[in-house]
This record gives sequence, structure tokens and C-alpha cells, in this order.
Amino acid sequence: MTLRPLAWAALAAALLSGCATTTGSRDDPLEPFNRAMYAIHEPIDRDVVQPIARAWLELPAALRQPVTNFFGNIDDLFSGVNGVLQGKTEKAAHDFGRVMTNSLYGLGGLIDVASGAGIPKGEEDFGQTFGVWGIPHGPYLFVPVFGPTTVRDGTGVIIRAYTTPVGYLEDVSARNTLWGVGLLDLRAQALETQSIVQQAALDPYTFVRRAYLQRRAYLTYDGRPPTPKEDDE
Amino acid sequence: MTHRRPFAPAALFAVALAFAGPLLAQEAPDALVKRVSQETIDLIRSDPKLQAGDPARVQEVIESRLLPHFDFSRMTQLAMGRNWRAASPEQQKRLTDEFRTLLVRTYSNALTQYRDETIQLRPFRPEAGAADVTVRTEVVRQGRPPVQIDYGMTRTQNGWKAYDVIVGGVSLVTNYRDEFNEQVKAGGVDGLIRTLADKNRTGAK
Repeated sequence: MTLRPLAWAALAAALLSGCATTTGSRDDPLEPFNRAMYAIHEPIDRDVVQPIARAWLELPAALRQPVTNFFGNIDDLFSGVNGVLQGKTEKAAHDFGRVMTNSLYGLGGLIDVASGAGIPKGEEDFGQTFGVWGIPHGPYLFVPVFGPTTVRDGTGVIIRAYTTPVGYLEDVSARNTLWGVGLLDLRAQALETQSIVQQAALDPYTFVRRAYLQRRAYLTYDGRPPTPKEDDE
Repeated sequence: MTHRRPFAPAALFAVALAFAGPLLAQEAPDALVKRVSQETIDLIRSDPKLQAGDPARVQEVIESRLLPHFDFSRMTQLAMGRNWRAASPEQQKRLTDEFRTLLVRTYSNALTQYRDETIQLRPFRPEAGAADVTVRTEVVRQGRPPVQIDYGMTRTQNGWKAYDVIVGGVSLVTNYRDEFNEQVKAGGVDGLIRTLADKNRTGAK
């Protein structure tokens, strides 16, 4: 479940194969490679990751919610940083306010006091910041176990992985456990969406790709993405 | 004078009807979304069969309560993009029918998961007289982040109809456009119809 080596390997492989590949749509020039990655991902996800995620959901919510909140608190910290990087000071102020409130009054982030108080989450990240700065999202990537991303968003994830407070934990096994549980909780939250995708999609690979790119554009432009041109290729 | 009295209420009623008819048909799009969403959630909350996911009952509710407010023909046309023109009227009809079935089936599975949600309208300022609007809503859930659900709606003679649903920024029509395009490229319009029909058959199990 460790993210870093996987993400690096996939990124390196993608960039290498990118030199040779020309088929695929405009957003997904590495489609043949990505589809191969998807083929690796699918059985691992179905037979290993999903059963674990479902077992996790069997645990009482009273146990899972603090995990969600703890990592949500770290999300808010990064969201605040990225709000500042994008010049969105009001959003950033809300995020830092959330982090302080939840860290001080919510047992170090285990309880989400701030949401109860109605302070909105900024949901900013490095990938969105790069987008606001005018950097295109680059080729779409599908990373086994991790899921859909782009060169731009993946770079953001890697930066975050190297700067997250969890990484500063001295105890390696505690650090890895925390990583694992955090990722597992994230994965479990996506199960419901995934079952809808399975029901709706003619080709889950294409469906997930378009949904991911739409969602990222929506987040990057704070809910007002420019209307995409009719893409006829 | 007295002999005309009984007619006065009747005349008023007729006048009221004449005005109310078009008014009811043209219920504002945001009011329509709010009302239908809330009624559906209330219905699920009060109906154990729906909560248990009884397929027949879920189907019935979707057919009677939700489908009348959707324009599937326009939805299919938008999802097809330029390929729509390449399809014969007969193919267009089959596409619309199969797409409709797929969406109903997908929605049936999602619907019964709703319960404690409340729907709030987000600020909505359409241009006066606009025939095409986006109604913005937010679904609020206990202990989880809110989800933005928007509806692309168009004015018809039978009231406003939704032709796109945008969940958290993911437009259904845009998503299917890629899928349809891919299928048409691989096997033509008939190939797409076949894929949809197969999908609907396997989903029925």
C-alpha cells in the first residue's frame, strides 16, 4: 500500500513509454500503456483491495470516523497552503482556521469540530494550484492500486507525500500503519461510487478517465470550469 | 342580480384554472427540482419496500415520479454528439430507449442508498426568459462532505425537463460522449446499440 515507489515507477514508466506511443485521445496519449496498467490494477483491486476495504467498512463508524477526520485535517492543512499559493486568501483562512480548531479542540484532528461549526473545507491541492498557474494537466495516467491521475496531479501527490506531517513520524512501523489506514479509509469511501460506475459504464476505463478529468477541472476552477469544446478529435 | 350569483364562483374557478394550467406546467426549474427531490426522499424514508431495495417498487417510483421530468431524447442526442446525425431515425429511437434503460437501472441501484439526505438549492440566477438553465443543488449528508448535484434543464411545452445531471462536476452527458464515441468508432452505431442492449441484459440479472 505504499504510494511512493509505485507512483514513481508508474510515472517513470509512463514518461518512457510516452516517447513511443502516439495513439489514444488528446487527454490520454498513453492510452495503450494505461490500459495495460488498468488490466494489472483490476484483478488486484477486485480480489485484494476491495475485500479489505469492505472489511474496513464493517468496523463501527465510531472507529472509522476519527481516521477520516485525522486525514481530513491534514487535507485541510495542504488545502490552506495551496489556497495561499493560488491567492485565495479567504479559502486559505477557512482551511487554517479548520486545522487550528480541529487540532486544538478536536483531539488533534480526530473530531471534526470545524465542520460542525460550519467552516467550509477548501479542497485545494497541488495539482489544482499548478492548474491555476496555467500548467496543463499533461497526459492522463492510470496507476495500479492508486487509480486515475495525470502527470500534473501525480506530481502534486508526490510533493504532498514527501511533505506530509505523517512522513515526519520517527517510528517507521507507526508511520507505515498510519499511511496504510489512511489510504484504506480513502479507498473504502470510494466503494459506493465504484459500484455505480460498474453499473453505468460501457467501458469502465473510459468512464473513469472522463469522470476523473471532469472532476479535476471542476475542482481546479472552483466549480466553474470553462465549457469544454465538442471533442470530435 | 341574484340569479347570477351561482355563476360567479364558477367563472372565477374557470379563470383561475386558465391561469393555473400554464403556471403549473411551467413550475420554475429550481422549484421543480427541489420539490421532486424532496418528495422522492420523503417517499423512500416512509416506504420500507424502497429501503429494502424491492426492484419492482423502485422501478415503479422512478417511472412515475422521476422519468416524466427527464428529456431522454435530448440527453441521448447530446451524448452522441456528431454521431447522432449518422444514425437513422430508427437507430436514434433504439439508442434513446436503451440509454434510458441503462440510466434507470443505474439510478435504481443508487436510489435506495438515499435516506438521511437533504437537498438544498444553491444560488441560481438564470437570465430572464432563458429556455436552458442549470439548477444547482447540494445534497447534505450526515458526517460526510456535501455533494453538488446540478441539473441541465430545458423548457418544453410540458414544463422543464432535465437533459443532464452533473454530480460533483461530472456531467453524465459528457461522460457518455466519450463512451459512445469509442463504441461508434469500433462498431458503428449498431455496435453501440448492441453494447447498450447487452449491458442492459446482463444488468437485469
